Amino acid sequence: MNKLLQVTDLSKNYGSRIGCEGVAFDLYPGEVLGIVGESGSGKTTLLRCLSAQLEPSAGRIAYDMRTQGLTDIWSLSEPERRMLMRTDWGIVHQNARDGLRMEVSAGANVGERLMAVGARHYGNIRTEAEDWLTKVEIDTGRIDDLPATFSGGMQQRLQIARNLVTQPRLVFMDEPTSGLDVSVQARLLDLIRTLVNRLGIACVIVTHDLGVVRLLAHRLMVMRRGRVVEHGLTDQVLDDPQHPYTQLLVSSILPV
Amino acid sequence: MSTAQGYNFAYLDEQTKRMIRRAILKAVAIPGYQVPFGSREMPLPYGWGTGGIQVTAAILGPDDTLKVIDQGADDTTNAVNIRSFFQKTAGMATTDRTREASIIQTRHRIPETPLVEGQIMVYQVPIPEPLRWLEPREGETRKMHGLAEYGVMQVKLYEDIAHYGHISTAYDYPVRVNGRYVMSPSPIPKFDNPKMDNSPALQLFGAGREKRIYAIPPYTRVESLDFEDHPFQIESWDQACAICGSADSYLDEIVTDDKGGRMFVCSDTDYCGERVAAGHTGEEQAA
Repeated sequence: MNKLLQVTDLSKNYGSRIGCEGVAFDLYPGEVLGIVGESGSGKTTLLRCLSAQLEPSAGRIAYDMRTQGLTDIWSLSEPERRMLMRTDWGIVHQNARDGLRMEVSAGANVGERLMAVGARHYGNIRTEAEDWLTKVEIDTGRIDDLPATFSGGMQQRLQIARNLVTQPRLVFMDEPTSGLDVSVQARLLDLIRTLVNRLGIACVIVTHDLGVVRLLAHRLMVMRRGRVVEHGLTDQVLDDPQHPYTQLLVSSILPV
Repeated sequence: MSTAQGYNFAYLDEQTKRMIRRAILKAVAIPGYQVPFGSREMPLPYGWGTGGIQVTAAILGPDDTLKVIDQGADDTTNAVNIRSFFQKTAGMATTDRTREASIIQTRHRIPETPLVEGQIMVYQVPIPEPLRWLEPREGETRKMHGLAEYGVMQVKLYEDIAHYGHISTAYDYPVRVNGRYVMSPSPIPKFDNPKMDNSPALQLFGAGREKRIYAIPPYTRVESLDFEDHPFQIESWDQACAICGSADSYLDEIVTDDKGGRMFVCSDTDYCGERVAAGHTGEEQAA
């Protein structure tokens, strides 16, 4: 199977400070990679670099383009990269307000990517939007409501629908469940897991919640101070942590 | 009429006019592209047509004949004052007749009388950026224009249909110029959008506060954005003009008393007057 994403020796510095350093991994189609670590460990910096929102200081990020195979994303022209970001990729932000257009209706939010790639038939766009709202368990009766009238969990689900409508092959998620209460979190996780499995989407999920990665991720990277300290299969890392920091992290989970 | 003492011809100094002419040339070369220019303070407030006045001042010559309209009429405050401003500072001829004008400055309308080659339309534009509604960042909107990423304009029209069942945008209706740049046609009713398409006249747009000039050269394709299943449509009325009986001009609704009386009349006063002079009558005259 071909690699979908190949990251080699990726670093990002903020002046003399290190954002992340020496990160390398491969991601295959349909695979879910979790990135965990404490606040300030460089998780979000890494995700922003991977998703082309931030230019890395060093290293290479190669993506398997549909037409030309593994290509360094920073060697693409800006229009190509922006096109890639809104068709073959999805980005789910931690705060739904960063990922949604709050001043237009839910339907327009879902339809925006379709219109951006040239859809010009209102009826078809609307049908597609309704279809995706159903898939993320939002009542289609709310299609013309503003996202501001939605609950936090619904906003997060709307954000997912908005990203998946162009059938991306790779989705980046930054703390998709933080800020939601536990039962809503569980429902959202269940939804993400179902969608990712059914559609065979590869995913990079950043979180500080080990429960989230245990449920969703096939593989896990543990970060600390900008470096990857442990890397392996999710159950392996969580059940038999080798690095002292990972051991601390795993033992810090509050038992219910 | 003699020109006012102490002012350069048409108020602006020659260097400023050259700068504006350069911006106009660039705008004509790239139809629909917003060219930044060093907008000057004018002796009237922003929003009263400072952009249009600067463009007119830069292209005006002593042999030109100027027509100024506001809401289609030549006799409204803004139109009267801009016309007398140029009479005082440039001393050229002015007219109310569309046919006789070489330069027509406007805000809300394109005259009903078809424009001809050699005429120049100057629009006063309040907000030149059509993407501003959905993207507040100037850097980002420029990038979107540069890369022709116009999906969000469609989102705006989608919202209209979702909420009202039809595209309810009635003025400043976004257009695509020459198959490339999406442009805001200033607050003209969408009724006038088809008149911009393949017009024999040169069309210049000036935004004073926002410091932008853009243009549509003669015989350039101008398409109004729409959806396949919700095509672009212009307004229509049940009535004809009460004064001249015209059934195909843009009508204003005028309240005539406090008992619910109202009449519909042409917004373009020159067109209406011409038709009356030619013997056409509406129901008001007939009654």
